[in-house]
Amino acid sequence: MNDTRSPLQTFAIYLGALLILVWSGGPFIWQFSTSFQLDKALTSGSPSLIPHPFTLEHYYNAFVEKQLHRYVWNSLVVSLATTFLCLFVGSLAAFALSRLNIKGRFGILMVILSVSMFPQIALVGPLYLVATNLGLLDTYTALIITYLALGLPLVTWVLFGYFETLPREIDEAARMDGVSAPGLLWRIILPMSLPSLVTTGLLAFITAWNEFLFALAFTSNIDRQTIPVGIANFTNLYYVPWGDIAAASAVVTVPLILLVLFFQRHIIEGLTQGGVKE
Amino acid sequence: MSAAATIPSVGRPRRLGKALPGALWALLLLTPAFVSLASVSFYPIVNGLYLSLTNTSLITQEQDFTGFSNYVELWGDPQFWNAWWHTIWFTTASTVLETVIGLGMALILCEAFKGRGLVRAAMLVPWAMPTVVTSKMFGWLFDGQHGIINYLLLHAGLIDQNINWYGSTDTAMITIIIADVWKTTPFMALLLLTGLQTVPNSLIEAARMDGAKGWITFWYIRLPLLMPTLLIAGLFRALDAFRVFDLVYVLTGGGPADSTETLSTLSYKVLFSTLQFGYGSAVSTAMFVTEGVIALVFCLYLVRQIRRAQ
Repeated sequence: MNDTRSPLQTFAIYLGALLILVWSGGPFIWQFSTSFQLDKALTSGSPSLIPHPFTLEHYYNAFVEKQLHRYVWNSLVVSLATTFLCLFVGSLAAFALSRLNIKGRFGILMVILSVSMFPQIALVGPLYLVATNLGLLDTYTALIITYLALGLPLVTWVLFGYFETLPREIDEAARMDGVSAPGLLWRIILPMSLPSLVTTGLLAFITAWNEFLFALAFTSNIDRQTIPVGIANFTNLYYVPWGDIAAASAVVTVPLILLVLFFQRHIIEGLTQGGVKE
Repeated sequence: MSAAATIPSVGRPRRLGKALPGALWALLLLTPAFVSLASVSFYPIVNGLYLSLTNTSLITQEQDFTGFSNYVELWGDPQFWNAWWHTIWFTTASTVLETVIGLGMALILCEAFKGRGLVRAAMLVPWAMPTVVTSKMFGWLFDGQHGIINYLLLHAGLIDQNINWYGSTDTAMITIIIADVWKTTPFMALLLLTGLQTVPNSLIEAARMDGAKGWITFWYIRLPLLMPTLLIAGLFRALDAFRVFDLVYVLTGGGPADSTETLSTLSYKVLFSTLQFGYGSAVSTAMFVTEGVIALVFCLYLVRQIRRAQ
């Protein structure tokens, strides 16, 4: 198709591509650059993309004054626990729906998927009352239980789609060898699904890492608050510390971006299978 | 497979001992997922429905059944309708912008060019970033005094003086819509791209042979074939946009002068600032109902579109 393009069309395509690149990367690059600039330079009225002079002051403030590492630790605990639970529960459900003959399995899938469309603000009030009664406020447990349910629909959906692509012949062969249903899942299906498990795990991790509403409602103490709550509360008494915020943003976003870039191919494929392709 | 014929006689006694019937296994394996979704999603919805019929308050410790009085109050509450209209406006504007711009991006990505992999990878950055971080980032980009957006617009001669973007009632909602469009459009584009790639190339080639110009092949071949994908992606986006919370709560907190208050932020304030769980649940239930109506209308339209296409 390339040879039929006029120079003008080629120019338009490259211009469009450049605009998309600036749109997607520009704001974060500016945020990243901000994190290395002195407040004086930021408010001087002549902004520059290259930090001059270069400073690590904001990173010092973020970690020493605002204790960013404690939020990072809380987020890591909650997100990793959520990820593994989601993969465990999700793969059981996806396996049952894909491999064991269940009546109305598409109905069940639709119900599971539609749950993810419930407005979360309608859940947070009643769950807050439950957490209060069970003494679960300010605990990792409350967040993990909630995030498991938030991540589960997508994880089940994507894993189901992947399991469906695995040939049915292996089920038959396993059954003839006397392998029971969980054996089939654990010893045969899961090892074959490693790429999909990595992607879905990453999706569950991102969901938990970025969640704000429930973390805001359920935690009031730096011992349990996660990164989004920490960053939302990053304000000083008399001014907004944009540099410190930028530093914290960079710390919590750069690892995520690297992970996503590394797995980008799988993410796009994983998310678009089934749902939109039909 | 030639050995298969002999296996049943051997396999049978073994299986009797350790395997449950398939149906029982299915039930067992689905149970954890059902328990999780039932307790964290279904129970709260039902409980919220009940709470909305009571005067539950964590301050007065009351919890009496009051029938529909919360809903009567809601109907006459200007704050609720203010938030309702803001949410509808935000949902409509951001969904339309994201779908149209996303389609434009997808059409560019459909063409072969150098560095396409890089562009596609970069498009995942806004999606992966925590919304709270996006919110703070736009707070800095659109800062009324030192924001880079004001600086660029001023130097390009597009504005005469700094705009107090999210600090003024005229522009605060626009700023939030821009932030949302920034964050979700690239991902929308990637979804639409996979839809576009399923349109057979032979169709487009054939049209070109017949002398059809680029935009005619787009209008008469690609767009109609893409329509189901476009509508489904739009539906999911609209339902998501309708629940907007993080962006508003962190950037403006619903202000200035309630000009960016949405249903989610209003519910949150009624629930957790005034601790009126009864009235707050009525607000969130009303929101749930509105969302259900949007989904229903969208689905009916979708079904009709697909029927007509057949």
